[in-house]
Amino acid sequence: MLQVKDAVVRYGAITALHGVSFEVQQGEIVTLLGANGAGKTTTLRMMSGLHAPVSGQILFEDQDVTQTKAHQFSSLGISHVPEGRRIFPQMTVEENLEMGAFVRSGSYADDMAKMYSIFPILKDRRKQLGANLSGGEQQMLAIARALMAEPRLLLLDEPSMGLAPMIVETIFRIIGEIRDSGTTVFLVEQNAAQALRLADRGYVMENGRIVFTDTAQNLLHDERVRAVYLGESVEGA
Amino acid sequence: MIASFWRNPHARRLGISIVAIAVLELMTGPPGNSEAPTAGIRESFLEASSFFGLFRTARWVVFFFVAILMFAIWTLLLWKGSRIRSGISSVLAAPRAASQRRPVRWGVGLALLVLAFMMPHIETDPFWQAAMVEQIAVYVLLAIGLNVVVGFAGLLDLGFVAFYAIGAYTTAWVTGALPTPPPFHIHFNPFFAIPMAIGIAMLAGIILGAPTLRLRGDYLAIVTLGFGEIITIFANNLYGITGGSQGSNPIPHPSLHLGPIHYVWGLKPVPYYYLTLTFVVIFLVAFSLLEHSRVGRAWTAIREDEVAAESVGINPLKYKVMAFAIGASTAGFAGVVTASQSNQIFPSSFTLQFSINILVLVIFGGMGSIAGVVIGALIIQTAYSFLLHSPPQGYQPADLYMYLGALLVIMMIFRPAGLVPSRRRKREIRLSESGEGHMDEVLTGDTP
Repeated sequence: MLQVKDAVVRYGAITALHGVSFEVQQGEIVTLLGANGAGKTTTLRMMSGLHAPVSGQILFEDQDVTQTKAHQFSSLGISHVPEGRRIFPQMTVEENLEMGAFVRSGSYADDMAKMYSIFPILKDRRKQLGANLSGGEQQMLAIARALMAEPRLLLLDEPSMGLAPMIVETIFRIIGEIRDSGTTVFLVEQNAAQALRLADRGYVMENGRIVFTDTAQNLLHDERVRAVYLGESVEGA
Repeated sequence: MIASFWRNPHARRLGISIVAIAVLELMTGPPGNSEAPTAGIRESFLEASSFFGLFRTARWVVFFFVAILMFAIWTLLLWKGSRIRSGISSVLAAPRAASQRRPVRWGVGLALLVLAFMMPHIETDPFWQAAMVEQIAVYVLLAIGLNVVVGFAGLLDLGFVAFYAIGAYTTAWVTGALPTPPPFHIHFNPFFAIPMAIGIAMLAGIILGAPTLRLRGDYLAIVTLGFGEIITIFANNLYGITGGSQGSNPIPHPSLHLGPIHYVWGLKPVPYYYLTLTFVVIFLVAFSLLEHSRVGRAWTAIREDEVAAESVGINPLKYKVMAFAIGASTAGFAGVVTASQSNQIFPSSFTLQFSINILVLVIFGGMGSIAGVVIGALIIQTAYSFLLHSPPQGYQPADLYMYLGALLVIMMIFRPAGLVPSRRRKREIRLSESGEGHMDEVLTGDTP
């Protein structure tokens, strides 16, 4: 469904991604793991047109989207839930969801109802301003807003960031449901254990390179991953 | 009975056509006087007139004919112009299925409109009649235009005067009042300058906006400030084109020749007042529709979070340029009014101070609130005219800026969102006061 080939991304003189390649198949949840500064968010920004690669290629459904602008992605079928949620703080929940459907012509009342059934808490809060929601509610709203564009591929940037474990649990369960209902998910996470339990496959990133990839099951039991990302390091304090 | 009439689209169009032409007839017809106040109305309709040079008949027959003609063209456009219509309606489509109807607001608006319409008959002092156009109506127009840029799209524009100057100089150009010859060497009536000035001002907005609106915040403010200065300097120094600091040659007054209706806007301010008022109403209605449309929602989204706006598929540059061009259109029209009324234009009228004055009106009234900026402009400009008319002991014209500055400081302390804040802001403040939100976030999150 999506292929990234040898993508190089630079911020000025600093090279953030040194030739990254990976792919996402239809119907799977793929997770990208890595420590802070490994290049996870840069990868996602590149995949949603916020930062174009200097070389390499991105193909979505066999279409070259390397130079596609950020605002064109949602009509292509890729929705990006940015890092830090970035809901519209002074719009109500309902208005935020309406913004999600901005690129669609036709009626979206059904989808709105669907979002409220997936995220019942948003229905209770639908007249409240985005700024007044809790972190977990904001994250749910950000995901629901992205889904309003009817994406075939959903890009999630650290959905668990700064949230209580119980809320993270709920959000991950919902991400699973989203995949089951037919939307492919690409998930960038620091919470490796949780991400790997949910995902089908995973890529591990270090210093702007993908260092290895495997099925999520195998990664979960891989010693290197356990050592670095699951806090079971032998040498680590 | 009226309601069922109104529901029939054909009847509604016919009704609007008749009312519009009747108002036009009244505005252009013979004036009344204090001894016989209704004489103007009576004569406007009953006086004999030529029917397009064919025969003579009462004026109302002619105006009725023109109204039917307007209705026919309108119907034809609706019938044949479905593509235009679908284009326009896709722009104006409300993001929500049911937009709220607020009869009270419409009522207040209508009452104010009637008051505005009667104003020249209530206040007959020549100073105030002139001030109503030059100091108030034109400034209201400019404020609602700048509000689209600053309030809706959140772009700080310090060079708004440029578009006003472009409007004024376009008028001078097409009427043949500049050293450079008018287009096709035809000296156009200033009425033709209206669409041209609006068009050229919008084009200037697009030309300036497309490359510079990628900049954010302060950078944009600096670039627009520079643009305002460039236009003034051009006007001053392109002697062969603009007439330089000597100003333009005399600009003719607009006149209307519509069938039997012949009317010349002369030196008297009142006809200009009605002309400007008509356009104020047109722009007000258009901008309120725009505010609650898809475009308006896109502006709000960009203002609140540009990255998030992009992620839902909004092209920020496109909508910012749109805001710039739409804002510029009102300044273009205001330029026509000023140029054609004041007879001559000078580069020295188009200063940075002017841009800042308009910005003050918008901030004072309430950024993003159409009602707010109208009321803000009315209050400040009336107060300003009052100071001009009967200055208090020891008042110097330059003192005005001291008062304006003090007023802004007081505003920022007591009503930071403006005199009549937009509904969104009011809601935010109410929520934060009840402890459900954060005042600071709410207030700083929205400033451009």
